[in-house]
Amino acid sequence: MEALVRIAGLGVSFDGAAALRGIDLAVQRGEAVGLVGESGCGKSVTWLAALGLLPGRARVTGSVRLGGQELIGAPAAMLDRVRGGRIGMIFQDPASSLNPVHRIGRQIVEALRLHRGLAGAAARAEAKRLLDQVGMPDAARRLDAYPHELSGGQNQRAMIAMALAGQPELLVADEPTTALDVTIQAQILELLQAIRREAGMALVLISHDLGVVAEQCERVAVMYAGRIVEEAPAAQLFAAPAHPYTQGLLHALPPIDGPRRKLASIPGGVPEPWAMPPGCAFAPRCPHRIAACDATAPALEERAPGHSAACLLAARTVQEPAFA
Amino acid sequence: MTALPQSSSAHGAMPHPASAGGAAAPTLLVAHGLVRRYAMRRGMLGRAVALRAVDGVSLTVERGRTLGLVGESGCGKSTTGRLVLGLEPPDAGGVTFDGQPMPPLGSAAWRRLRARMQMVFQDPLGALDRRLPVGAQIAEPLAIHRIGAAAERGARVAELLRVVGLRPDHAARYPHELSGGQRQRAVLARALATEPALLVCDEPISALDVSIQAQVMNLLTELQDRFGMGMLFVSHDLRAVRQVSHRVAVMYLGRIVEEGEPDAVFREPAHPYAQALVSALPHPGALRQRIVLQGDPPNPAARPSGCAFRPRCPVAVALCAREAPALQRRPDNRMVACHLAHGEAALRKAA
Repeated sequence: MEALVRIAGLGVSFDGAAALRGIDLAVQRGEAVGLVGESGCGKSVTWLAALGLLPGRARVTGSVRLGGQELIGAPAAMLDRVRGGRIGMIFQDPASSLNPVHRIGRQIVEALRLHRGLAGAAARAEAKRLLDQVGMPDAARRLDAYPHELSGGQNQRAMIAMALAGQPELLVADEPTTALDVTIQAQILELLQAIRREAGMALVLISHDLGVVAEQCERVAVMYAGRIVEEAPAAQLFAAPAHPYTQGLLHALPPIDGPRRKLASIPGGVPEPWAMPPGCAFAPRCPHRIAACDATAPALEERAPGHSAACLLAARTVQEPAFA
Repeated sequence: MTALPQSSSAHGAMPHPASAGGAAAPTLLVAHGLVRRYAMRRGMLGRAVALRAVDGVSLTVERGRTLGLVGESGCGKSTTGRLVLGLEPPDAGGVTFDGQPMPPLGSAAWRRLRARMQMVFQDPLGALDRRLPVGAQIAEPLAIHRIGAAAERGARVAELLRVVGLRPDHAARYPHELSGGQRQRAVLARALATEPALLVCDEPISALDVSIQAQVMNLLTELQDRFGMGMLFVSHDLRAVRQVSHRVAVMYLGRIVEEGEPDAVFREPAHPYAQALVSALPHPGALRQRIVLQGDPPNPAARPSGCAFRPRCPVAVALCAREAPALQRRPDNRMVACHLAHGEAALRKAA
């Protein structure tokens, strides 16, 4: 099956310090893939690199293919058509991604003009339809509102409307609800699901919140220090995590019911890009570390159907799914 | 001003009961009917509108126990934290600390009290001085409150660093040389320097990564077990609040709408807002029916009539628009401010 986007051996370094160290990831048409990890693990850099949005000093290697097109090193004009066209993007802080001096409607119309060639009344009507689609209350009047006149949730809805203007095949959502309140987060997540169902659009959800990713995505990749350390169907990842880092993340999350216990925190902190351990980057914090872990970084290997982990010991710990 | 050093160190020695827990923990702080208004202007030339950030909040913090305060942005939970500490004066209501009313802001008695109540903020980098090594910053409250001899302060700083899980050699580091989790530990060490009886933590883990959040939550619980301070834990994170709190209060638009044992409130929330908040929580692995509230969090400057939650409430009735419900105790000891939650209880009793 031809993947919609296939990332192979993607590497990024800033001034010689590696931020991404070989990412392989495929996104199928209509699929929702979650990318989780802590700050600095490279989950955002992966997609910024794929879309040519990193600053000039970043050195990008490897390949990102959208359908048959190679995006790494592609001419700027082509990337301009892809961004906001075949691939839409929304970011954490909607207020800073929208232009504060232009009305919401004008910003959506601009996307419609660039990616769908619409202009005038037709573009305005389509912009209103998009705002209606994303559940903006009183859409016709909000077209003439400035971002500061809208709430955080409404601005994120406007961002989503703008991302949908190009009728993307893939929406990359980078921490789309992190800056929002819990009840508004629930609204936006429900909206993303509804849009995906209607448009058959693929979704890449980048988040530090395991719960959000678990509910939204069919497949989840866990990143640590510039690598994917585990990848599995969402249900399986949470039921039977194979990598000690994933296990640690899940145990570090306070339960909302059941007995209260001391949280199993992961000791220490994430290694700095310029001081990467020689072997497995997680080894210094890992409770199951053995001597071999310090020799070489383990490769991401399939341990069960659709379930891969980059850990020497995961082969022993991973379980066959209880359900097929 | 004269007898300060002795009195503050004598006070400082107080919050060391053997351990927290026990059925009836002694009361440390009582806030009753706190109101805080701000004047807000719409636009440059607009008229000033009174905004009630906190609108009649009463709460109690016990020694060795934690009260969790949850709510969304703008609900007044941080302002409540500052009022409780006496960092700003309430427009109505008052705070009693250790049986004594809060002295006037800036008075000598008020300054003395600073040593006994401390605050931990969300952003540790913002709470630390970037140009001073953390050791010097941890020693600062000791100098300000004249605790111990200057020569002993180095040893005290080393001890405080060990208490929060840092090494004594971290004292020489600057904030930027520490990781996020280490910085929050340093902030905690500074807060603990004066052996406070009360710690107000305002979103202390929100800026940290998941694995580091767990470290800091564990540390807070350990420190409380060891030193027996009362805590007010302000957070939007229900999981974190449940983890560290003995009681929890849910705030909405400047008022407490529900208060009770964390397990009871999170398992069976009684107020429709608390129900929505709990149901909005994502669960890894478990897909459940979720209550999605319509509309945005309300503007405190344009408070709806009657119950403030009414415009977003899925079960509101006509009465809710006319009359604001009072926070009342139910037979099961839960405090709820909702006409319907109490109506239901009354119906059940009648049946």
